[in-house]
Amino acid sequence: MLLLALDTATPAVTVALHDGTAVVAASSQVDARRHGELLLPAVDRLLAEAGTHLDAVTGIVVGVGPGPYTGLRVGLMTADTFGLALGVPVHGLCTLDGLAYAADVEGPFVVATDARRKEVYWARYEDPRTRVTEPAVDRPAEIADLVAGLPAVGAGALLYPDTFPDARAPEHVSAGALASLAAERLAAGEELEAPRPLYLRRPDAQVPKNYKVVTPK
Amino acid sequence: MADEPLVLGIETSCDETGVGVVRGTTLLADAIASSVDEHARFGGVVPEVASRAHLEAMVPTIDRALKEAGVSARDLDGIAVTAGPGLAGALLVGVSAAKAYAYALGKPLYGVNHLASHICVDQLEHGALPEPTMALLVSGGHSSLLLSTDITSDVRPMGATIDDAAGEAFDKIARVLNLGFPGGPVIDRYAKEGDPAAIAFPRGLTGPRDAAYDFSFSGLKTAVARWIEAKRAAGEEVPVRDVAASFQEAVVDVLTRKAVRACKDQGVDHLMIGGGVAANSRLRVLAQERCEAAGIRLRVPRPRLCTDNGAMVAALGAEMVSRGRAASDWDLSADSSLPVTDPHVPGTSHAHDHVHEVSKENLYS
Ligand SMILES: [Zn+2]
Repeated sequence: MLLLALDTATPAVTVALHDGTAVVAASSQVDARRHGELLLPAVDRLLAEAGTHLDAVTGIVVGVGPGPYTGLRVGLMTADTFGLALGVPVHGLCTLDGLAYAADVEGPFVVATDARRKEVYWARYEDPRTRVTEPAVDRPAEIADLVAGLPAVGAGALLYPDTFPDARAPEHVSAGALASLAAERLAAGEELEAPRPLYLRRPDAQVPKNYKVVTPK
Repeated sequence: MADEPLVLGIETSCDETGVGVVRGTTLLADAIASSVDEHARFGGVVPEVASRAHLEAMVPTIDRALKEAGVSARDLDGIAVTAGPGLAGALLVGVSAAKAYAYALGKPLYGVNHLASHICVDQLEHGALPEPTMALLVSGGHSSLLLSTDITSDVRPMGATIDDAAGEAFDKIARVLNLGFPGGPVIDRYAKEGDPAAIAFPRGLTGPRDAAYDFSFSGLKTAVARWIEAKRAAGEEVPVRDVAASFQEAVVDVLTRKAVRACKDQGVDHLMIGGGVAANSRLRVLAQERCEAAGIRLRVPRPRLCTDNGAMVAALGAEMVSRGRAASDWDLSADSSLPVTDPHVPGTSHAHDHVHEVSKENLYS
């Protein structure tokens, strides 16, 4: 078994290879604006570093968000198309679950990432492997009661100390954590989610003025 | 010819997810998934809705195109994709798919220009493009006159709209007339039963001191809307067919007049017309008349190849392969304002070639 994991739902472009036992190679770059440019070269370097090639991969694991849409889709589209070209399964995992899995917390806690527009994507966890609420998007002040007294991980927690006074690392998800969680679940015979994006917000139904104008003037 | 390049092309610059397959200048498949219905109630293309639809549609559309073409992905000689111009988020979905597909298959990647693709698609219909070719590209997103001596390396802008695209004007007037979105086909239909000379709408930028090859449709749009509103305010019935015909005539009169003039001025004896508005029946007829009168050979692809599609991207990709143009790098980005003068986005490093060597089976297995 060789899993290629990738996630572009947070500012990190993160990729990892997992052989069923352990992460054999991983890399993360933080650059929220360049997911599209960075992902493929990162996969290429990862495979070279591990001394293998894409044809050896037996499954793809991709973070399905929630996360800012434009970046999120880069990872999902790449994973989908790898799956098509290689004829291997593509598994989806909630990005927040990857952050939770990497959290060094014993008891109940919260994962929160930056949803922009002064909101966070968040969910509550019983322990690093057990999510107890559906991922949601809210203003930090509006969920203060729901997360009061709980430690919190992720960039969303670090951004809003009023709501999350006990904020901790990791800040961004790592594909290594996603791969490990996926490998664990697959080994336990669990079905993983479909690789469908968790947008959580309806699209902005604004037709921009001068829509479709693509010709340089 | 069996040694002509077999190329798959991906187009996601606006609301159509297009995947085409061509061999040289032969069309093998043209698969399209459109999200136009989802945009209709907003009266225009909503970028986020388009991007979501591209992600959903991509893999099934690639599958469909390969089946339609009856070829295996392994036999492809390259993957081409629209790198720009277009809607940034929508382009990025196609570019991500193309990169992953090319990388996984070990094929070269060609990020190409959407506008040059609109011109090159005519090779699938009428054979190799004459060099030079004058091209009039008209759609909801573009209205330009381009001169190309080599579609893979030399595309020169002669003129363009200074405000709205021609297709936008059709959408706007259809909205004012309550005919729905998109406006092009429905205006064309009503216009067939109307009198194009009923109302004298203005011809933008046609004065002696105006830029010879530039277009302007904003003034026309406003004039038509005012005319309709005045009728309504007076409690009179709006003659929809005559308005549609007279408006359409004003648009196609200016488009064809300037295109023919550009050909004459530049000594070019071929004109191609592409883009969604090239599907307009009156534009096709008037362009034919005026080209014949001026001794110019007109080339207009069938309507389906005029609107955005994957085959046009594949056509330009195949030409890139044929002429030995450099492939793009793996860090190719979607460029929403890619200049029309860049027919493709060649790679800058040699890393690309090494990557393809790495992808070859014999090095590892
Ligand atoms: Zn177009």
